[in-house]
Amino acid sequence: MNGLLSIYKREFTSYFVTPVAYVFIVIFLFMTGVFTFYLGAFYESNQADLEPFFRFHPWLYLFLIPAISMRLWSDERKSGSIELLMTLPVSITDAVVAKYLAAWSFTAIALILTFPMWITVNYLGEPDNAVILASYIGSLIMAGGFLAIGSCISALTKSQVISFVISVVICFMFILSGFPMVLDLFESWAPQAVVDAVASFSFLTHFTSIKKGVIDIRDVIYFAALITFWLYVNVVIIENKKAD
Amino acid sequence: MSQAIKIKSLSKSFGQIHAVRDVSFDVNRGEVLGFLGPNGAGKSTTMKMITGFLEPTSGTVEVDGHDVLENPLSVKRSVGYLPEGAPAYGEMTVKNFLNFIADIRELKGSTRKTRLDEVIETINIQNVIDQSIETLSKGYKRRVGLAQAILHDPDILILDEPTDGLDPNQKHEVRNLIKKMAKEKAIIISTHILEEVDAVCSRAIIISSGKLLFDGTPGELIAKSEQGDIDHAFRNITTLKSIET
Repeated sequence: MNGLLSIYKREFTSYFVTPVAYVFIVIFLFMTGVFTFYLGAFYESNQADLEPFFRFHPWLYLFLIPAISMRLWSDERKSGSIELLMTLPVSITDAVVAKYLAAWSFTAIALILTFPMWITVNYLGEPDNAVILASYIGSLIMAGGFLAIGSCISALTKSQVISFVISVVICFMFILSGFPMVLDLFESWAPQAVVDAVASFSFLTHFTSIKKGVIDIRDVIYFAALITFWLYVNVVIIENKKAD
Repeated sequence: MSQAIKIKSLSKSFGQIHAVRDVSFDVNRGEVLGFLGPNGAGKSTTMKMITGFLEPTSGTVEVDGHDVLENPLSVKRSVGYLPEGAPAYGEMTVKNFLNFIADIRELKGSTRKTRLDEVIETINIQNVIDQSIETLSKGYKRRVGLAQAILHDPDILILDEPTDGLDPNQKHEVRNLIKKMAKEKAIIISTHILEEVDAVCSRAIIISSGKLLFDGTPGELIAKSEQGDIDHAFRNITTLKSIET
């Protein structure tokens, strides 16, 4: 526990000593603005809700989350500090979870900083703030799913670029699996159960209800299982190829 | 005193390459073991196995009575380790880095403060304490690595080339530091500088191509050369034996 906390603290503060954190937050806020007001047609929809804001979160996370996660383990390998970390009295599981939680907390901060959006919609109308809160929580949980994938992939390579690209591709597959064009591919030959299974892997399927403000326990279980799975694989990778 | 490190027929291979072959030795408290050998001889690999970073292909490592595979956390608690090249988190300042190590080593309250002050003073890094590690010179980086290794006052110290990149004065300081700590600790240092063996080590081990070729006092090592020269003795041992095998 002590090891987990120490690493968490170190990782979390390390975001803010380099420009990475600030660049990321600025771009995240800028992009959410662009998506909401232009693509989301926030004003034109004439509705006091943040649906146009949350609708694009999966697509933003697709590129921005791998940008955070790509350095998690790749950098440790590249700089050799993994040898220091792995010879300190801390279990691999603690190290993986600590780094992951630090990255997730950082994402939470970026998300919280979108609060002007919430102020705007409250200024313009009378939105259901419970729905907005639920959507925020759902969005954060989904970000956690993307991050777990990214963290695991970054453990595979010394190169942050490779880590980024592969993470984006895998996250993209997780988004796409709910799309008709993918499902059609299966529908023609596979039994309905398989089609449903493929669709149920999609981040979008699970995020659709969340962005309407409904936090279904099944969606939470889905993301919890997904995060646990990828972090478990992350631990196994580090355990088996610490020194490579 | 009890045996702090016990290594039994330790081997490590990476695919076809046998980095370490059947190496056995013990280190007692109060001993400074100099680990010598040409580049690529398997010195760092052996050290990585003692500290639990690499898993041996075969053989066992016991540190303070704990098997490194069965009880890695106990081993890691009692060992201070300076890895090859003294890796650290470059973006951190020296002070934050040492505080992180103190956190993870569970140093608390007044012991934490006295240890931090002591180590910063003995290692002489007071004047770079607020600089980020990536901006430091090689010598300072090495000293920060050394500070990190001795911070929790471990019984067992494993230092991979602790004086590499230091200037002659700094080398002298580090050697004195090692000698001072030697009484109650078991210390292994690897080095390319043979005079260092004579200066600080109570015992020397030479490995080449992963094999243990010599284990004895620096005096015995010098006696291996007709000229009474340690460099000559080293060349005799490492080149002769590799021709035989």
